[in-house]
Amino acid sequence: MGIDDRLEISRRGVLAAGAAGAVVVQSGLGHAAPVPSGEKSVFVPLSLDVNGTTHDLRLDTRTTLLDALRDHLHLTGTKKGCDHGQCGACTVIVNGERINSCLSLALQHQGDKITTIEGLGAPDKLHPMQAAFIEHDGFQCGYCTPGQICSAVSVLEEIRRGVPSHAQDDLLTAPQATNTEMRERMSGNICRCGAYSNILEAMAQVAGERA
Amino acid sequence: MKAFTYERATSPAQAARAVAHTPGARFLAGGTNLLDLMKLQIETPTHLVDVQDLKLDRIESTPEGGLRIGAFVRNTALASDLRVRRDYGVLTRAIVAGASGQLRNKATTAGNLLQRTRCPYFYDTNQPCNKRQPGSGCAAIGGVSRQLGVIGTSEACIATYPGDMAVALRLLDAQVETVDPQGVKRSIPIAEFHRLWGNTPHIENSLKRGELITAVSLPAPIGGRHLYHKVRDRASYAFALVSVAAVIQPDGTGRVAFGGVAPKPWRVEGAETAMPHGAAAVTAQVFADARPTADNRFKLALATRTLAGVMADAKTAGAGA
Repeated sequence: MGIDDRLEISRRGVLAAGAAGAVVVQSGLGHAAPVPSGEKSVFVPLSLDVNGTTHDLRLDTRTTLLDALRDHLHLTGTKKGCDHGQCGACTVIVNGERINSCLSLALQHQGDKITTIEGLGAPDKLHPMQAAFIEHDGFQCGYCTPGQICSAVSVLEEIRRGVPSHAQDDLLTAPQATNTEMRERMSGNICRCGAYSNILEAMAQVAGERA
Repeated sequence: MKAFTYERATSPAQAARAVAHTPGARFLAGGTNLLDLMKLQIETPTHLVDVQDLKLDRIESTPEGGLRIGAFVRNTALASDLRVRRDYGVLTRAIVAGASGQLRNKATTAGNLLQRTRCPYFYDTNQPCNKRQPGSGCAAIGGVSRQLGVIGTSEACIATYPGDMAVALRLLDAQVETVDPQGVKRSIPIAEFHRLWGNTPHIENSLKRGELITAVSLPAPIGGRHLYHKVRDRASYAFALVSVAAVIQPDGTGRVAFGGVAPKPWRVEGAETAMPHGAAAVTAQVFADARPTADNRFKLALATRTLAGVMADAKTAGAGA
């Protein structure tokens, strides 16, 4: 466990203590949830395929995919925002489809192929969507950005595959990467800085390059 | 979140037995609603039975000309199926009107049916709630009730069933197929699946302990124009204030069901004969027994206007599919 991870856990432990009064924080397990006394944690072995690498882990059954990625595999690019599926900061791609990693147990993903922001591109080899976000200033603080980019990549793929949306008039016509379509399909990703218009410009550029 | 044990079921009947015979056990499908509620300790299962390996993820044509949708079919997969888009457009439209892309990729057909209310007092564990804690009272009655039910509610609970998909399924006369711990199968008409709250709002559907949903079946297509209009506080990713699912035939006859107004998808078949006479004629019958609060009385006018919009759209070439 690196220094950054310890800081991350201790900060969240403090927040939990502040919110709930006296809590027991399990140390050394990367799990900051308060555990009421008398309740026994259940640990199980599992392996996760993340960004092409298989990791063997032993996790508390309660561990979400998000917490497994961040606290156990130290892939902290994926962010925890609301932890309730409302903000989209935790979006990752599982078997080619975007999901909220906060609303999924790590245990549900044995055998799945998981792609996080770290797996999409690297600083010296950016994914076209990462490059487009930089070019168009698709962020300010950057906290929602990994989720926005994982979602944006998936949205263009969903449009290519013909997945329908609420923005479509005719369900039998192939959807196009219009501004209206992309706005509707990105509604599960919140950006409190309000970079939406620039995110859409970045997506439009990548959609245009692909078309 | 409370600690729990976990298993992956190997057959539908085994899953049903595992839940029936383990105190505190629950089925786990997509988990998008259950995990949310577990984090808040509104749901506190001690054992989860994961049904992802049961091969309930297929959509098959039935000999009767309908479709049989596996319980584990993801919402996105169901909405995307060509047969659904072509023959049951109202179902695709209802699904894509709900949640976000990420959630629809994970949420399942059976899980969507079983999702719990989003009443803010159900979610706030500091408040009394007869649904969360039977007998504790209802903070929503006399509280902020703008989002809550206007019909089919009770003195014990005024929450709504929050979903969109089930409103379309109610319109299409779907059947919910199940297997129980003894391996006995049955088929429940969607109209009888969700219960009115009455004095027991914690009992939300007609499933027995351990009974597992295996599929949802649709009868043969009925043609007509398929529409789903959802009115909400923002343009996307919000629960309905009022939603209207309708299939309207060229002569103006058809079917209509309402969401966001009651403990279950709200359809009054007897009122559908009034459809050729306009929206107000229909809603006067559908909502004849409404008991709105001062906060949500607006939903009655909104329902009429939304249905009027749907009826106007049905006459417009190109709308619906």
